[in-house]
Amino acid sequence: MHIIENGNVAAALGVKLAGAQVIAAYPITPQTPLTEKLSELIEAGEMQAQYVPVESEHSALAACIAASSTGARAFTATSANGLLYMHEQIHWAAGARLPLVMCVVNRAVGAPWCIWNDHQDSISQRDTGWIQMYACDHQQIIDGVLKAFSLAEATSIPVMVCYDGYLLSHTYMPFVVPEEEKVARFLKPFKPAYALDPDNPANLNTVTLPDIRMDVTGEMAHGYMEIRYLLQEDLRAALTIAQQTEDAFKEIFGRGGNALVEPYRCDDAEYIVVGLGSLTYQLRDVVEILRGEGLKLGVLGVRLYRPFPDQALTEALQHARGVIVIEKALSYGYEGALCSDIKAALYEHIQDRSRAPFVKGMIAGIGGRDIRTPDLTATLRAAIAGTPEEGPDWIGIKL
Amino acid sequence: MPAKTTILTLPKEEFVHPGNRACTGCGLSIAYRIGLKALGPDTILVVPPSCLTVLQGLFPVASTKLPCLNVTFASTAAAATGVLEALKAQNKEHIKVVGWAGDGGTSDIGIQALSGAAERGDDFIFLCYDNEGYMNTGVQRSGTTPQWALTANTPIKGKRQQKKDVPAIMAAHGIDYVATASAAYPLDLYDKIGKAISIQGTKYIHIHTPCPPGWGFEPRYSIKVGRLAVETGYFDLYEVDHGAFRLTGASEKLLEKRQLVPVRDYLKTQSRFKILTEEQIAEIQARVDAKWSTYYQGA
Repeated sequence: MHIIENGNVAAALGVKLAGAQVIAAYPITPQTPLTEKLSELIEAGEMQAQYVPVESEHSALAACIAASSTGARAFTATSANGLLYMHEQIHWAAGARLPLVMCVVNRAVGAPWCIWNDHQDSISQRDTGWIQMYACDHQQIIDGVLKAFSLAEATSIPVMVCYDGYLLSHTYMPFVVPEEEKVARFLKPFKPAYALDPDNPANLNTVTLPDIRMDVTGEMAHGYMEIRYLLQEDLRAALTIAQQTEDAFKEIFGRGGNALVEPYRCDDAEYIVVGLGSLTYQLRDVVEILRGEGLKLGVLGVRLYRPFPDQALTEALQHARGVIVIEKALSYGYEGALCSDIKAALYEHIQDRSRAPFVKGMIAGIGGRDIRTPDLTATLRAAIAGTPEEGPDWIGIKL
Repeated sequence: MPAKTTILTLPKEEFVHPGNRACTGCGLSIAYRIGLKALGPDTILVVPPSCLTVLQGLFPVASTKLPCLNVTFASTAAAATGVLEALKAQNKEHIKVVGWAGDGGTSDIGIQALSGAAERGDDFIFLCYDNEGYMNTGVQRSGTTPQWALTANTPIKGKRQQKKDVPAIMAAHGIDYVATASAAYPLDLYDKIGKAISIQGTKYIHIHTPCPPGWGFEPRYSIKVGRLAVETGYFDLYEVDHGAFRLTGASEKLLEKRQLVPVRDYLKTQSRFKILTEEQIAEIQARVDAKWSTYYQGA
């Protein structure tokens, strides 16, 4: 069934279809319509779940961590400073290996206060051990929530479904609502590896030593380092599981297909522009305009940012002459994090570095600054014509 | 009113293994052992970093026989809510949920989550063991450290501010059961936990917990020091049951006798109070007397 709704409602309907059992959330713009919709669905009796209107984002994730540890499918959503306020709990959820799903409705972080879209909030959580997915439209949001629960539960690693504040959260677009019967085939009931249970007591997340230690039966148990090593190994393996999840989804629903990167006219492209989220769909227009001028441009959307699809990116980019990375966030003091990650992947995987494409970083849309298609077109035209300079260019800066 | 538990009627089943990592004479180890007997086997515990984390042992060994979720410092009450909601979602509401935190994890970093849960009336018991400082990290001041106590970060002049009255703050939330208890009166604690179990909504019990290394007394005096705190009227045993305040146990008896032990006798047992001047002791005594005169008037 096609409906026309906004991105937050798409996310809420995805959470309902996924059968989340515990939802804890604290209001922050532009996430609010998502959690309002969930509370409405629950109060109206259309969704069977416990909704906890907590007093902070830190508590929202605390409640979800505890609910997941007790065997329930748990969900939360936030934006910007709410996400930053959760930071301690974000690390905790990954370390505790809990299959939570959180929507991050991307927004600029303070100071100064700014409610508009960029990606600094979720990019700043890059190193927490969560899986990060970026949606480009409403279909990817609603489908992404279902895939996120499947992937989280298959890997015991929490997943963020990131989508652009306002640009997606508050705009209306047609999308297909997944059929319940198909969802039941795609997403099996949650069966946790362990849930808190008085009949089978365990003490979770106790103080763990730097070295391995014997348990009461004489077996050696992991030290902290082994536990963290396994998180890293399982995150790397999640690249494969994410694509398998995508394939399983496509087989049942007949759409999707690219879990890691989403190329558009990249096959013969001499220059490829890379980005995250809805910007990469806007860039498709730029590709068409510049191809009309004879410039062979393609665009590559990074759908899964962590674990980082270094090989898939290398395969997509290695034959290009140049790569231009446009980001709505940066690692202050250097450049965009995605740009650095792509450079590292190409350096790692391309043997003959004289044949490696140049990589040029650009910053755009910080704090919701309009990213105008004519500006993108002009900037990319110039970047292709000229030689790459050091440091990122800021598109549309007015100084 | 149910009969008071005595040493003869206390259940024999233990939920804390012996040989745990608590310090000698630890007030918490008494309160925890008796408290878990009162809670019984169908219980899930939520514990933030604190001395209790140490008492519980190092992975993969645990001294508690109940399921326990260790959580971040600020999140005890919110996590208890999460456990509770997950149990509801799975029709396992017969399982009791209990947050067990220290005074820092309750009165300072944990108060936002606790206040939020109490305002929502989430159905769990929150127990604060108040050893009046950050003992696990080396005896720094907390919101409930009493005035003039020497701590690692008030090392010369003592804490200048008064003790934060957390049970009163919790009672102001309008929850149906708030009580104070002392590790030195474990059977009184046992009965208060039993009462809390029988009441719906958020329940709060504040346990005064003598700490030999933190307060500066010999481990063998833990019970004596805890009892002196009550007998001097310095720390009172009471409950606020559906809004009705009532002194209980040893404090209730003091109300009848109308003869408090001088507060000096309590203060002199601990090296943390060694810098107190006669004027400061007199001030503390005057505050205790004023508090008790309101009790006498209400009796």
